[in-house]
Amino acid sequence: MKEPKQLSVSAIENGTVIDHIPASNLFKVIQILGLDRIENQITFGTNLESKKLGRKAIIKISGIFFEDEDINRIALVAPDAKLNIIKDYEVIEKKVVVVPDRIVGIAKCMNPKCITNFESVTTRFIVVSKKNVALKCLYCEKITNQENLEII
Amino acid sequence: MKNRSLVSIDDFSTDEILHILDLTVEFEKSPTRKLLEGKVIATLFFEPSTRTRLSFESAINRLGGKIIGFTDASYSSVSKGETLNDTIRIVSNYCDLIVMRHPIEGSARFASEIATVPVINAGDGANQHPTQTLLDLYSIRKTQGKLDNLNIFMVGDLKYGRTVHSLVMAMSRWRATFNFISPEELRMPEEFKLYLDNLGLKYYEHNDFTEIISKADIIYMTRVQKERFSDPIEYEKVKNVYVLRNAMLKNTKENMRILHPLPRVNEIHQDVDLNPKAYYFEQALNGVYTRQAILCSLLGIK
Repeated sequence: MKEPKQLSVSAIENGTVIDHIPASNLFKVIQILGLDRIENQITFGTNLESKKLGRKAIIKISGIFFEDEDINRIALVAPDAKLNIIKDYEVIEKKVVVVPDRIVGIAKCMNPKCITNFESVTTRFIVVSKKNVALKCLYCEKITNQENLEII
Repeated sequence: MKNRSLVSIDDFSTDEILHILDLTVEFEKSPTRKLLEGKVIATLFFEPSTRTRLSFESAINRLGGKIIGFTDASYSSVSKGETLNDTIRIVSNYCDLIVMRHPIEGSARFASEIATVPVINAGDGANQHPTQTLLDLYSIRKTQGKLDNLNIFMVGDLKYGRTVHSLVMAMSRWRATFNFISPEELRMPEEFKLYLDNLGLKYYEHNDFTEIISKADIIYMTRVQKERFSDPIEYEKVKNVYVLRNAMLKNTKENMRILHPLPRVNEIHQDVDLNPKAYYFEQALNGVYTRQAILCSLLGIK
């Protein structure tokens, strides 16, 4: 007998679904969006099978609709994330994330001699390449590339 | 430019750079004026630097300003564990402008964000040293009569030398051609070559001095430091290759001048000093006038 198609994470009435998050970065996404500090209902699943990502995670957040500027902050950790905006159990809009021009906080400067690694300074970067992400530190002016990218 | 900070040479537009150079001409004519009377300038040297500090202090003293500060962080509250954040906040209250040298990269940008007075970066680790770049530009313009389309030779440690990096970026504004002479291990980093490629500017790399130096308008010498080499044998092999001697200057252009950010060790032989093409000591003197121009322009006096 064929198994019935079941949702791994139950549907929401109104809110945002963030799909195609690499499973390893689920908690970083939660942290960046501050989901651990809000009172809305949130359900998530992780280590779900995905043809594209191997193992993916999905987050469903009730009653929250993100501004593009906020959601793009996850682009560094979940570049392939897809958003479904839900109203009355229906998908009314789909969005993808875009790497922003500037990154504030989130990433760590890879230069061990940079002031941001010595004092409590919020890191700030200009994105000099979006495809293979490369960030130029506004303080020490050194480049942090994708392979060395560390999320704070 | 009143109340602006100078952290990186890129903070200034081409017009602003030229404005500083024009002001420098004025200060060279009359360097002793009471323009900074009643002003207090803090010179915070978190790492020792005799030359840059003396140049700033001479510039300030000649203009009648007063100096507070320290020359070594081990004598300051930093040694008690005070953060840079706190030091800058407090010193801001005591002065009209801060001159700072600090070993950590990006410290000057951070200080300029916190300070309530302008900050001049006198060197932040291997990152930036913009007053050096401005005095280099002044020396080049003064000796060549122009900045456009010059052939700039850079010799020695092109990998770690922040002065050559800043000068490449700055001179690219005037469409210079560059010749880089260095050992394999100390080549100009890829990012600067890419920068020149994107601007369509020409540059050539060489392993040693050859007859091509007859094309140079400026030869900018730097020190090749032993500690930069992973293999000491490599250093021994190259240490005498990048030494400029008077005999090598025979076929160089009449207008050619030799610059060096100093201190020099042996990379310019002393027999060059008497050659009229040697310009490094005048270059250091130009640093005083350039710093006077920068101080007065950031304080809104000029």
